[in-house]
Order: sequence, then C-alpha cells, then structure tokens
Amino acid sequence: MSNIGRFGEFGGQYVPETVMSAVHELEHAYEHYRKDPEFQKELAALYAEFAGRPSRLYFAEHMTNDLGGAKIYLKREDLNHTGSHKINNALGQALLAKKMGKRRLIAETGAGQHGVATATVAALFGMECEVYMGAEDMERQSLNVYRMNLLGAKVTAVHSGTSTLKDAINEAFRDWVTNIADTHYLIGSAVGPHPYPTMVRDFQKIISEEAKQQILKIEGKLPDCVVACVGGGSNAIGMFTDFIGDESVRLVGAEAAGRGVNTTDHAATMAKGTPGIFHGMKSLFLQNEEGQIDPVYSISAGLDYPGVGPEHSHLKWQKRADYVPVTDEQAVQAFEYLSRVEGIIPAIESAHAVAAAREIAPNMGKDQSMIICLSGRGDKDVYQVARYRGIDLSE
Amino acid sequence: MNKIDQKFEALKAQGKKALITFITAGDPDYDTTEQLVLELERAGADIIELGVPFSDPVAEGPVIQEASLRALEHGTTLVGIFEMVKRLRQNTQVPIALMMYINTIFRFGTERFFKLCEEHGIDGVIVPDLPYEERDEIADIAKAHGVHQIQLVAPTSHERIQAIAKESQGFLYCVSSTGVTGMREQFATDFQPFFDAIQTYCSTPYAVGFGIGTPEQVREMKGYCDGVIVGSAIVDLVGREKQNAPKAVGEFVRTLRTVLDE
Repeated sequence: MSNIGRFGEFGGQYVPETVMSAVHELEHAYEHYRKDPEFQKELAALYAEFAGRPSRLYFAEHMTNDLGGAKIYLKREDLNHTGSHKINNALGQALLAKKMGKRRLIAETGAGQHGVATATVAALFGMECEVYMGAEDMERQSLNVYRMNLLGAKVTAVHSGTSTLKDAINEAFRDWVTNIADTHYLIGSAVGPHPYPTMVRDFQKIISEEAKQQILKIEGKLPDCVVACVGGGSNAIGMFTDFIGDESVRLVGAEAAGRGVNTTDHAATMAKGTPGIFHGMKSLFLQNEEGQIDPVYSISAGLDYPGVGPEHSHLKWQKRADYVPVTDEQAVQAFEYLSRVEGIIPAIESAHAVAAAREIAPNMGKDQSMIICLSGRGDKDVYQVARYRGIDLSE
Repeated sequence: MNKIDQKFEALKAQGKKALITFITAGDPDYDTTEQLVLELERAGADIIELGVPFSDPVAEGPVIQEASLRALEHGTTLVGIFEMVKRLRQNTQVPIALMMYINTIFRFGTERFFKLCEEHGIDGVIVPDLPYEERDEIADIAKAHGVHQIQLVAPTSHERIQAIAKESQGFLYCVSSTGVTGMREQFATDFQPFFDAIQTYCSTPYAVGFGIGTPEQVREMKGYCDGVIVGSAIVDLVGREKQNAPKAVGEFVRTLRTVLDE
C-alpha cells in the first residue's frame, strides 16, 4: 500500500495505468496552484462575484423554538449560484483545468446539481462540457437535464448497471481514459483517486471556514454540533473540515437509509458498508461477499451511491464523526417541515441532514448551538416529493 | 518455473510469437468456459486470460461489460471459477492468468486468494485498476505463492515505462491505445517510440492488447512485440454463439494463429 493520498488506510490511487499520467499531472498542478496566491485570489473573486459567497448563516428561530433544544443555524449553501454547494468545487476544478490547458470538462451527476454546476462553469470558462447521468436519474431530475442543455452541455444517458450515480461515474471514467489528453474529469464528490478527495475537500472547506467565523461572531463560541448529509460526502467534508480539530464540536453525517437499513433498498454505506477498493479509492462500500458492488436505493438521487469518500471512512474509523441513517420517509417529512416552519424548501439530500437534526437538537441544551449544512435548494425535488405523497403534478 | 515463463521460453526456442486469448469466465456458463479453454489451446492459443466478472468493470468496453453481466446473472463466483480451473487442470497445463479488479481480491482476502491460485494452478493475475504505485497491495503475497503479477503499460505511460517494465513478471501487457477494451478500426498511437522504450527496459517478453480483433490487426501488430492479446472479438463471438461458441471461436483463433506464424 502506498502512502499517497491516504486518510489512515483509506484513499490511494487505484486507477488504470492509462489514466495514471493524468492523475499525476493533476496532482502536481493542484500542488502548485494550491499554494499560488494568484490562483487563490482568482478563485476568491469567482466565489464572491459569480457564486455569491459568503453564504449566509441563518438562525432558524421557528425550528429552534419548535424543537426546544439547541439553537439551530442553517448554512445556506442553497443560496449559492446554481442552488447548491457544488459550485464551490466546480469553480475550483474548472479554474485549475483551465490553467492546465484542458479544453473539455466531463462530469457525473446524480441529482443533477453537480452537472448543473459543471455546465455552468464550462459556460463561464468557454469550455466544452459533457455530463454523464444515469437514465433513471434523468427521469427523476428532468428539470436539471434541461437546465444543463440550456447551459450548452451535452447530457449523456447511462443505461448500464443500476442507471444511477455509480454507473455515471463508471462511464465518466471510461470517457476520461479515452480522451485523456484534452479532458479534465471534474469529479463532484470527495471520492475517486488521489488527489480528488483532498482537492474536493479543499474547494469545499470554505463552508466550514465561513460558518466558524459567522457563528463565533453571533454566539461568541463554537457550535456544539454540525450536521450534513453524506452521499459521496462533499458538502459534509466541507462542513466538517474546519471543525475537525475542535474536539468539542460533534460532527454528524446523515446518510440515506432509503426504505430502511434492514431492507435491501438503502444507500447507508456507513451503517452497512465494508472496506473495499472501487472508483479509485480504498474506502467503505456496500458490496456482497464476493466484492460485487450492491445496487443501492434512495429517494435522493444525490445520495444514491454505494460508497463514501475515504476521509469520511477514516473519520468514522477514528470515531471523530458519527454517521446516522435517515429513511426516505424521515427525509420527506423534514423536507415538508423546513418548508412549512422556516419558509425554506431544502434539497431532498439536505433534508436528510434536517431530519437528523430534528432527532438530535431536542436532546441538547438551550445554551448549545447546532449548524445544519443546507447544501442545496429543493425546487428540483418538488415533483419527486409530490409523487412520493401520491400527488400527480404532470399536466 | 511458472508456466507462463516456460511457455515464452518454448516459443522463443521455436521462433514463434505468443497468442494470448481472453474470455470471460462463466459466460455463458462454466461448462462452456471449460470447453472454450480447451478449444482455444487446440486452436493455437498459448496463454489463456480468464476474466473474473465484476459488477462495475470500468476498464472495459461494452462487449466485455455485457459478458461480465451475463456471467454474474448466471451466478458466476470466484470460488466457482477456482473449482472450474481445478477441473481444467486435469486436462490441460496451458498457462492461465486471471484478469480481474482489485476489489475482488481485496474482499476475498489477498492471502486466501493467492493460496487458492497456487493450489488450483493459476499462473498470473492482471489487475487493471492496480497501478504500479499500488502494486504492494498484493505483490509480496502473490510472489510468495508463485503467481505472476502482470503489469500494464499504456501509450500515456511515457517516463513511467522504465520503472514498470523493469519489474515486469511473466510478460508486460502493452495497452495499444487510450480508452477501454474493445474492437477498434485503427490505432492512433505512434507505436515505434512506445515499443522502443519498452524494449529498452523490459526484463520479460511483452505483448500488445486492447482493440486487436482481426487477422489484419494481428499482422500489423506482431512485429512490435513478443505476443498479441485478443479479447473482445472472441467474447463477442461467445456472446452471439453461446453454448455453441467453442466451434466458432476455434475457427477464428486458428486464422489468428496462422497469421501470427506467417
């Protein structure tokens, strides 16, 4: 086992030889630009002017009163341009790709948020863009498909396997192996071979850096708990990073339990996964005894992934973060709850974090505080939730 | 001595090149795979690569992806493949290498896996998603059990070729072009400098694969190296002919053998 890009035993670079040179090229470029003040200045300007950062830290007064425990704050990543935290990473990687002389961006997408973010930055930088999306997800998220088309991206349906996020990643990898010279694979989550998990974390850690400053200003002390949803884990690692060293801050990841962790219809990698090597990394995966990757399920296309980023596996191994399963039903209830109580419709992914917070906050003291990462907005999920509730919105 | 090394020595003595053929184990079923291995050997194949089906074969094109899926749908397992090879070993000593993804080995248990390889007469493993930097994941254990870890080099490997080729075991698998496995109309790679670098550093024979599926392509590529690897073209035939595949595959491989020996 090499020591490259490791989080404890997890991480690494398990990719075909054909892409190793590109992985190294990316690794070296990232190492260089990460420390380049000019690059950081450009990125900061894009965050401010294009994405609309810093995102607000909003005191959810009604939710706080209703739950009767900790003061609840929402980190409003849903207010970013394109409607989710995905733009943070997309801007960072696209800027890097541009510096590396790449002319084409490819991406995978589950819910479509990362696809939209990538299509958006491709338009911004004048780059060609192709987004791979599971055929089933294209149906679940047709609005985002049209949005990507509007932004000039080609959306390619993936029919292999379970036709969801995992298969979209497989197909994006195959594209990258084929078009390695001029193409940058803009991975949207904190997964994949090194340097992706580190790089994606670094582009997302602004979430916790801002949140820490904001809450210190409001409360004068650190939060007692931060909560984020976890699929691959990019918003969660962004929300955790600046608090990992603060041992008093409890870190909670909410993962998708679908129809329940005791059924076969879930994507609860932390609850049910075992160590494996897939998608370029050693991490936890839902798999059978022969190492075949399990089909997974969640109402949320963005959390419908059979693995998790290696740093999360490490945080779980070290017991630094807790990961809790949240069912479809709990997530939908939280989706409806936040809409009604706070006037904020969360993404169904983020609703998993809200659901976990509803369980935790009442058991905390009124002098304590909690931050929920509201990773995305829920407009895209209205059809899906209506269908879940048996309401047909189609004309 | 490892049977792969013996085979290359014998071929060298005869002034011949190696014909290495790939099929997916368990497609369409174990019985047909067994017959296919025997028929491939009769038709002139020197080394057999058996693909271990994986749910998410990211290095494969559509033909082998579909074969993997078919094999899994029919209940193919690693244990089942070991048992099949054990049966085969009563009838043939043709060198066999397993082509598989690292997760299958890791999840099965690396020590347990290579112990079974040794016991059942598997001569090598080819793991496309285990690059040179991560080779230690299996290197010591594979070596202890006398199983070759066959390394790959690609047209994008450039300065990496030296390190990889120097540690080559059995044979070096030279990937003809970027992209996934599968048939290609033509190659975009500038082969001369690629194979010059390989020849300079490689301590073992080397063979070329990915996209070689016609007698013309075998003729085009054989001059560059010590062997050619044919996979998707055979797997495609198996997919179409199913249980009747051995006959068609035998005929096809004989034409390749003829061209290779010209």
